[in-house]
Amino acid sequence: MTGKQIESLRRMANQIAMNFVAMGHDRAVLATADHIDQFWDPRMKAAIFADDYNATLDEIAAAAIAHLAEGNHPEPQTRATEFAKMGDLHNSDAG
Amino acid sequence: MGYERQKDFGTPESRSAEQVTLTIDGREVTVPAGTSVMRAAAVTGGEIPKLCATDNVKAFGSCRLCLVEVEGMRGTPASCTTPVMPGMKVKTQTPKLDKLRKGVMELYISDHPLDCLTCSANNDCELQDQAANVGLRDVRYGYEGDNHLNKPVDGSNPYFAFDSSKCIVCSRCVRACDEVQGTFALTVDGRGFASVISAGQKTDNFLGSECVSCGACVQACPTAALNEKAVVEIGKPERSVVTTCAYCGVGCTFRAEMRGEQLVRMVPYKDGKANRGHSCVKGRFAWGYANHQDRITKPMIRDSIDQPWQEVSWDEALAFTAAKITKIKNEHGASALGGITSSRCTNEETYLVQKLIRSVFGANNVDTCARVCHSPTGYGLKTTFGTSAGTQDFDSVMKSDVMLLIGANPTDGHPVFASRMKKRLREGAKLIVIDPRRIDMVRTPHIDAAHHLPLQPGTNVAVLTSIAHVIVTEGLANEAFIAERCDTDAYADWARFVSDERHSPEFLESVTRVPAQTVREAARLYATGGNGAIYYGLGVTEHSQGSSTVMAIANLAMVTGNVGRPGVGVNPLRGQNNVQGACDMGSFPHELPGYRHLSDGATRELFEKDWGVSLDPNPGLRIPNMLDAAVEGTFKAIYIQGEDILQSDPNTQHVSAGLAAMECVIVHDLFLNETANYAHVFLPGSTFLEKNGTFTNAERRIQPVRKVMSPANDYEDWEVTQLLANALGANWNYTHPKEILAEIARLTGSFAGVSWEMLQERGSVQWPVNEKHPDGSPVMHMEGFVRGKGLFVVTEYIPTDERTGPRFPLLLTTGRILSQYNVGAQTRRTENVVWHPEDMLEMHPTDAENRGLKDGDWTRLASRTGETTLRLTVTDRVAPGVVYTTFHHPATQANVVTTDYSDWATNCPEYKVTAVQVMASNGPSNWQEEYEELSTRSRRIADEMEPAE
Repeated sequence: MTGKQIESLRRMANQIAMNFVAMGHDRAVLATADHIDQFWDPRMKAAIFADDYNATLDEIAAAAIAHLAEGNHPEPQTRATEFAKMGDLHNSDAG
Repeated sequence: MGYERQKDFGTPESRSAEQVTLTIDGREVTVPAGTSVMRAAAVTGGEIPKLCATDNVKAFGSCRLCLVEVEGMRGTPASCTTPVMPGMKVKTQTPKLDKLRKGVMELYISDHPLDCLTCSANNDCELQDQAANVGLRDVRYGYEGDNHLNKPVDGSNPYFAFDSSKCIVCSRCVRACDEVQGTFALTVDGRGFASVISAGQKTDNFLGSECVSCGACVQACPTAALNEKAVVEIGKPERSVVTTCAYCGVGCTFRAEMRGEQLVRMVPYKDGKANRGHSCVKGRFAWGYANHQDRITKPMIRDSIDQPWQEVSWDEALAFTAAKITKIKNEHGASALGGITSSRCTNEETYLVQKLIRSVFGANNVDTCARVCHSPTGYGLKTTFGTSAGTQDFDSVMKSDVMLLIGANPTDGHPVFASRMKKRLREGAKLIVIDPRRIDMVRTPHIDAAHHLPLQPGTNVAVLTSIAHVIVTEGLANEAFIAERCDTDAYADWARFVSDERHSPEFLESVTRVPAQTVREAARLYATGGNGAIYYGLGVTEHSQGSSTVMAIANLAMVTGNVGRPGVGVNPLRGQNNVQGACDMGSFPHELPGYRHLSDGATRELFEKDWGVSLDPNPGLRIPNMLDAAVEGTFKAIYIQGEDILQSDPNTQHVSAGLAAMECVIVHDLFLNETANYAHVFLPGSTFLEKNGTFTNAERRIQPVRKVMSPANDYEDWEVTQLLANALGANWNYTHPKEILAEIARLTGSFAGVSWEMLQERGSVQWPVNEKHPDGSPVMHMEGFVRGKGLFVVTEYIPTDERTGPRFPLLLTTGRILSQYNVGAQTRRTENVVWHPEDMLEMHPTDAENRGLKDGDWTRLASRTGETTLRLTVTDRVAPGVVYTTFHHPATQANVVTTDYSDWATNCPEYKVTAVQVMASNGPSNWQEEYEELSTRSRRIADEMEPAE
């Protein structure tokens, strides 16, 4: 992975974490992990797992990546990751 | 259907619930109180002669042709200005009335050219009809007296001409401009016999006036005085087809009026529920691109982008494409393949493209242009309200008391809806504008915004949180609504957060640059002014905190109880005609149609059974990630239907690097667009006039698109996608988009009750349409939020990483102009270029003076990403420190300058904030020179002497 690409992923992870900070540390870690789990392509996840994320990411983002790298798939932490189910007549969209 | 004029009831419909019964010519009729006698007669099928009356403007009572006799009333009142009364007895045809009408008609005709046989309105002229209706046989006054027959024709407007000699000064055009469009560009100049219709000042012509070419005056004109040039050239239409406009997210309904397979004109359809009979310069007139000489109608292929294009048969093009896709899939796996659906194409076409990518390519790397516009709307509204779409229908605005308009420029981006807003504002509603620029809505005829908050670009969240601070700390919250409809624990957390002094307008003034007192007054008005409706656009979403801003907006609506009834709500103004539909159809890489995540096994199983394939449960790549992966070497092929990402997406150099790195770029479009410079396959597309299907507009309204002519490229776009799928081994056999719509309804809850037949019968319907809402849902969250309680979300303001400094001291923000649309691929190929031939850079006079620049100068616009040149407009519309431009022209390409920064939740690019420097320039930038050369080389077609564009 080129420097520019991994820089882009690091920035994305940090940005997500920063916007969840107001939830408090532990929930922010899970919310960041949940967000990345639901929206990132496997190769993006693999790239950030392979990065030295404890050194390159902010603390919450690094903890979230560590959580995912251990094979965890967090339950939905925000309404944005509570997706409609098969028979759900209502609608939602997380962009 | 054959050609006939749209029914005209003479005066507007009354909305009164009270009913009145009267007798007209011996027939009893019951109509709403407030209805005119003229309209009541029309409802019964009768027709009172008229000239100055038409049902989209208020009665005027000037022509005196609609006189009637009413038992018990003196004289002969004008039926257009006389309201119905209980028990009223009206006679519309008597010898006395006949004589009066004939006399009136004689006077009109004595000063009108008698060239009916050669007139462009022959047999489509109300004056001609009324002369026949009143039985006019001769004109006693002769034709030699003073007259207006030698008045010159004003042909300055590219689309219509004004022939004053044929004008009867009925004022319908003036009133349409005032009441329907709200521009007030026209007036009656002079008095009595000297009265003439004038555009702007006496020295102006139509083109030089304030006229915005919406066409309302042309539609209102009862003679040939204002007539489309196309009618003059082609002749009277002989049939019409009702269809949906393919420009912005308003989704206007039009009658395509045809002669054979030739389009004569597009006329707004009075029964269209989104536009209510109005139009703008794009939908009404700018359809000439459909048969522009640049249009490519034959498939083309090439092995590499430095080769000229080779025209080939459809079979050859599809075989070439299928071989490339198959080879890449075999060598690199399905994850190397992907595609982009188009928000300009129909729901059915969009659905098929995502189905192709997921079920035939075998990847979830599918995305859509909503990524770069309203993806934060999806995230923000889902999180707070539980569903991602706008809450209201457009009619709702007529019940609003306060409109809060943020990051949108509706007079330019959504002009038909802007006219509805202006109408309501003229009725007394109040307006708050939050925008770095002084957009036209701030001050326009008879409208003066109560407050304009000219914030520093990038500080939306700070401004909205400070408004919330005022509402909560001044005790203006709607506690009853919150207690009943919202999550009260979340509200308590949020209220504590916004009440903190660091969120006060005074504390944040240095960040937002909005005077604290203005923020306080705006907050009080929104919270206490009655029905408060928020309308917003890309000035909200295209930021690093776009999703947070949408949530902050939803918080404001909930804290004031402005959700769940007509007149209020949160309303994203969608950019393209089918952005909503493209999102509904499963165009995002992580979810299937109906917004269901791929990881849900039951949902996957539903689609797997229906499609007969197995689906990857992992999310795919978003557009910017596809480009990253292409540069990285793991993404190799892309199918792009109806999008021009090279021009529309940020950081053009990065987009071009991504495209250049791919082995197979398939562009499916009308023109060799900028992206096609990097393409290996060009599949010609069809216009909205050449296809059947549906679009879903910004108010969730699903509307039919009807084919009015055969595709110049042989196939509708859904057929091309099907051919490609079958070339890759699928066995699709759809014969009409209604079969695709049936599949969508079968698999998607919100569309469960929708069918092609239903749309033919009803015209349109707003989703969700299902067992609970069989007639659709004009206003959402009426009895409660879709998913339980409304959720307040804490939105901490986090400044963007894009910062100004000594090298780049100005902030660039971008937007649209009325006459052009998106990347301009359509509108640049129409006469609309008269109004906007090039992108200009707006700069405040102080900043211009500091740089020694003056209006019209060529300037170099540079950012950390790149630089381009364009000409300068010096204006105080923008604040000092802020510059603004549009992105409609590839020669400038504002996105050479914009950055990779994006919304934290959705990767929607931060188009609205780029740190730049502006300096004098004496020529194009290196990038422009290199791109011009590439573009010319790449557009060569073998055996053609000239490049295609």
